[in-house]
Amino acid sequence: MEKTKVLIGLASCGIAAGANKVYDKITALKISEKLDIEIKKTGCLGMCFREPLIEIIDQTGSYLYGDVNEEKAVEIFDKHIIQNEPIKDYLVRSDLFESKDDIFWKGQIKIALRNCGVIDPENISEYEKLGGYQAIKKIVGEKISSEQVIQTVLDSGIRGRGGGGFPTGLKWRFALNSKSDIKYIICNADEGDPGAFMDRSVLEGDPHAVIEGLIIGAYAIGANEGVIYCRAEYPLAIKRLNIAIEQSRKKGYLGKDVFGLKGFNFDLHVKEGAGAFVCGEETALMASIEGERGMPRKRPPFPAVSGLWRKPTNINNVETFANIPYIILNGSDSFSKYGTEKSKGTKVFALTGKINHGGLIEVPMGISIHDIIFKLGGGITGGKKFKAVQLGGPSGGCIPEYLAETIVDYDSVNATGAIMGSGGMVVMDETTCMADMARFFLDFTCKESCGKCTFCRVGTKRMLEILTRITQGNGKTGDIEKLEELAYQIKENTLCGLGQTAPNPVLTTIKYFRNEYEAHINDKKCPAKNCKQLLTYSVNPEKCTGCTVCAKNCPSNAIDGERKSIHFIRQDACIKCGACFSKCKFDAIVLS
Amino acid sequence: MRVKRVSLKNVNEIEESSVNLKLLDSLLDKYKNKKGNLIPILQGAQNIYGYLPKEAFIKISEVTGLKLTEMYGVATFYTQFRLHPVGKHIVKVCHGTACHVQNATAISEAIEDALEVKDGETTPDRLFTLESVACLGCCSLAPVMMIGDNTFGKLTGSQAVKILKEIKIKETN
Repeated sequence: MEKTKVLIGLASCGIAAGANKVYDKITALKISEKLDIEIKKTGCLGMCFREPLIEIIDQTGSYLYGDVNEEKAVEIFDKHIIQNEPIKDYLVRSDLFESKDDIFWKGQIKIALRNCGVIDPENISEYEKLGGYQAIKKIVGEKISSEQVIQTVLDSGIRGRGGGGFPTGLKWRFALNSKSDIKYIICNADEGDPGAFMDRSVLEGDPHAVIEGLIIGAYAIGANEGVIYCRAEYPLAIKRLNIAIEQSRKKGYLGKDVFGLKGFNFDLHVKEGAGAFVCGEETALMASIEGERGMPRKRPPFPAVSGLWRKPTNINNVETFANIPYIILNGSDSFSKYGTEKSKGTKVFALTGKINHGGLIEVPMGISIHDIIFKLGGGITGGKKFKAVQLGGPSGGCIPEYLAETIVDYDSVNATGAIMGSGGMVVMDETTCMADMARFFLDFTCKESCGKCTFCRVGTKRMLEILTRITQGNGKTGDIEKLEELAYQIKENTLCGLGQTAPNPVLTTIKYFRNEYEAHINDKKCPAKNCKQLLTYSVNPEKCTGCTVCAKNCPSNAIDGERKSIHFIRQDACIKCGACFSKCKFDAIVLS
Repeated sequence: MRVKRVSLKNVNEIEESSVNLKLLDSLLDKYKNKKGNLIPILQGAQNIYGYLPKEAFIKISEVTGLKLTEMYGVATFYTQFRLHPVGKHIVKVCHGTACHVQNATAISEAIEDALEVKDGETTPDRLFTLESVACLGCCSLAPVMMIGDNTFGKLTGSQAVKILKEIKIKETN
């Protein structure tokens, strides 16, 4: 008889929600009750909006409980584990019962995330039990040539999951065709897009899949050394990667004569980033590994010809590598049967912002944005109106509500002016100001510009200044046109992806929400009631109790009124800081 | 996000004169003749001192032959490196897209008010340094902040301030 298993999701997001306390509680209960059950630490299941999650797998099936805290953990332990009575009300997924959250799982196909939340990422044998390292063993055992491996990857149709969308097989072929005694393979884990955490979840939940993908890539292109460039903001991912690498090395999966194949020498190490968004660009990333400032350089020569230390180098993203073992093991059809004509397979998305089901999903390419947001995503928080969704972070653009039927594949998304990006989807509702959103992204790219190209360094700064004055109510006629002109100049005259895509958020918001810009500039109004400087604060006489709190907190003494009498805001003195609005306990301050 | 860190000048001077450079020896032995060693050395030095003291730069340069200008260039390029001492707890308030949409500004403002410091500054008691960061990758729990290895999610301004107060009480007892 199999032991009852209790799986506790301990990825960064789970831990932030308090999963460690739940883990400690369950472990303590197991000891005090002297029960023979197995408690496992796993990665992220993607259901972040219900964290902390625990899954119980017993004789009858699997039961996933959400929003667990210490008290609930005790209750679940008592009822389910001891008395064998699952608590239906707390279930978020189960083989036997229906749950209101079932919609979140419907339509998801997990390939890259196949093991996330299922296995203990710090235990190599768990990965191997589920087919781990079988793909590379198959290659070595059946003497599959590197050309055949590349052909399989090419046939699967997988394109770079970091956002570029370049066919992975083709990239590998270029690297294979470069002749050199030393070649490098790099995994780009410098996930810098604010609002994206797909790679973090894969690294924290299934690090061995990425390592196996890298070994297969190394075999295919003939690389001897691998580097995983991981951002320092992901301490848990770095820790788990290092554990995983050590375990594979001990097993003889890394090092000399890997998998017993004479002459196949390949080793791997993690390189910690130092906090620069531009290092997600492949040439900047290589400069950073070489210990220099992370500045991109001109291409050609492409990394496949002259990359790290001037040797042929291949760079792929975390998610791409995580898909590779599955493709090799199950054949290219197993991947290419999903998706659209030109974008095959599945894609992981991080759903965040004003959405009910924030979390990580993996869906087949070709699903519509509407379905992602309103079916899997559970709709907009607070029943507000859906306005737009930002794809591709600061390099991407927004897709407005009326284009929600756009399907998710590289070409359809590009046609809207946004980009697929690495998979961050930030959902915005009617209270989000689009001009302010554009300003926010420009502020980010401006700060992260490495400074090499003038158009990016100075151009983004000028655009930011214009956007700032628009959102502060000082916009001038002609500002929109000036923004557009600068945007095209920057796109055309910069070296790397950062500069070339930096104006995208501005261009798409102007394209779809020009009226909002015009309202800011011409009428000095913010339709979303977001830009503080453009709002008028006044007192609702029916609600004001004369408590004087607003007057006391007003930094510019713009509020008049005696105790127990209705207060009044003098508009000429008001600096629109919002202090009265946030301090009033009676909702008597009105925004208009 | 590029943060200009404002130093406390007088404290800084005392601090710098008492830098124990011997602590660097094992780090330098490990990386001395390796290519691409600059960033790992600086990261290691920052782990030792909490920031990069001027004396450390000079010693690293003497031992490894790396140029001071090069080191300074790298140290100021990456946001991770600090040239001035920081507080015991670094409060990182996330200003990623998801947190921005969920009003991360309110969190920063509440902390600024409570600690009476601005972004990048350290409290006079050297307990807290406030920083805005780009994305902590916990977007579904937005808005979040990170103190040490602990991430706090779904915050409001007053909750954030409460967490800081609790730390302060623990530290003063």
